[in-house]
Amino acid sequence: MSLDTLAFAGGFAQPVFEAQAVFRTLMDCMARPGTIGQIAATVTPPAPLNAAAGAVALTLCDHDTTVWLTPKLGASALPGWLAFNAGATLTEERQNARFAFVEKGAMLPNLCLFAQGTQEYPDRSTTLVVEIEAFEGGRPLVLTGPGIRTEEEIAPLGLPDMFPHFWSENRQNFPRGVDLILVAGDRILCLPRTTVLRVKEA
Amino acid sequence: MTPDVPTSAGLATYNFAYLDEQTKRMIRRAILKAIAIPGYQVPFASREMPMPYGWGTGGVQVTAAILGPKDVLKVIDQGADDTTNAVSIRAFFQKVANVAVTTKTREATIIQTRHRIPEEKLTAGQTLVYQVPIPEPLRFLEPRETETRKMHALEEYGLMHVKLYEDIAKNGHIATTYAYPVKVEGRYVMDPSPTPKFDNPKMHRSEALQLFGAGREKRIYAVPPYTEVVSLDFEDHPFEIQTFDKPCALCGAENVYLDEVVLDDKGGRMFVCSDTDHCEERCANGHRGHLAYNKEAAE
Repeated sequence: MSLDTLAFAGGFAQPVFEAQAVFRTLMDCMARPGTIGQIAATVTPPAPLNAAAGAVALTLCDHDTTVWLTPKLGASALPGWLAFNAGATLTEERQNARFAFVEKGAMLPNLCLFAQGTQEYPDRSTTLVVEIEAFEGGRPLVLTGPGIRTEEEIAPLGLPDMFPHFWSENRQNFPRGVDLILVAGDRILCLPRTTVLRVKEA
Repeated sequence: MTPDVPTSAGLATYNFAYLDEQTKRMIRRAILKAIAIPGYQVPFASREMPMPYGWGTGGVQVTAAILGPKDVLKVIDQGADDTTNAVSIRAFFQKVANVAVTTKTREATIIQTRHRIPEEKLTAGQTLVYQVPIPEPLRFLEPRETETRKMHALEEYGLMHVKLYEDIAKNGHIATTYAYPVKVEGRYVMDPSPTPKFDNPKMHRSEALQLFGAGREKRIYAVPPYTEVVSLDFEDHPFEIQTFDKPCALCGAENVYLDEVVLDDKGGRMFVCSDTDHCEERCANGHRGHLAYNKEAAE
């Protein structure tokens, strides 16, 4: 398929119910950080964006949201796909982005470069959707905070070594800060800005 | 994965759950941010609903945005499943979403509530949606939104303590009995909506997700599960919930919130459970209060 036709295919087959199912998974995962949710929706965004990340995009993005893409995603057929299926427009400025998408293997920019919201309106911040290798096999991290009974342990593979540092900086600016949706295959895991992350001692 | 939702052929019908998809996306984005910043009021573009403001339009919009065909919905008004507001909102969602409804707290996945939290402990799979009239706890102390925004931004909540102190100075105790202010996760002071303060402890580290929708005031806020919700108080005047002298007159329940019901014009009155589902279940299990209908005695 040419780049042009890629943009028109691969949206939700049943937009109302699939978007609702994806949102409920997102809501449950955001309310319970560390919980892994399954995205069953059948969305086929242009490579290299993964299907689950594409489903998140179509669930949350529309003409009211500006989207930032990594250089590689920006050069793919994705901008056209987002425009056609969601009506979302792109921005070059991370500070203006309501959503940001990072494909697997791409460099994750420092979180403080994205919109943080203001002290009065901390909700005006970027939500990052980041695809990683897997939720197992990485450095074990211990999560605490709202939504977690005692603590949760995750071991995401494919986040930069600096990530715990980025995240603690993000946490320090509360209530300002970004929220994170991690995607691996058809599974997602959310890290709202309230979650405290600690590297597990060996 | 998609269940069949009947649509009457040939006629224009509403979208599933009444709201259009763009509105749902807007509300969903607000809900995610509200969960990420517990207790903070996220502005949203509240829509006109086919019911007047004050009838739970905020809660209805939140419910409509999260509701799916597999959900089981319970709606309560002051604890009761059978009062006007609860009945009409339940009928609304049956009509526009063909959703399963229940009065049993345990069976519900989404519970929309006006001014009560069910007596039965909520569990992890459930979401409680509150109808909120005035989301800003500081509004009666400071009418300007620009100022209350700043007060929340700077965590400047001294005025609220002054208000509670004035209660003590005038009445000898904190006389606020409903919409009793709470602090969420040590940061935002939040209005728990006009629930009796009796229900405040149930919000603390609840297993269920709690969402709050204010339609007229156009705000959504949230308390995720296992989140600290502390009622404001003073060391020498600690927070206390209401207590009742008598148990429920119908089911004999103690340590529940009771409504006063006037029986006649001679001063007769009874106190019964505000949570009707809880009361009915206890009666069905053989619990009897002193005014309960006694079948054997009647025969």
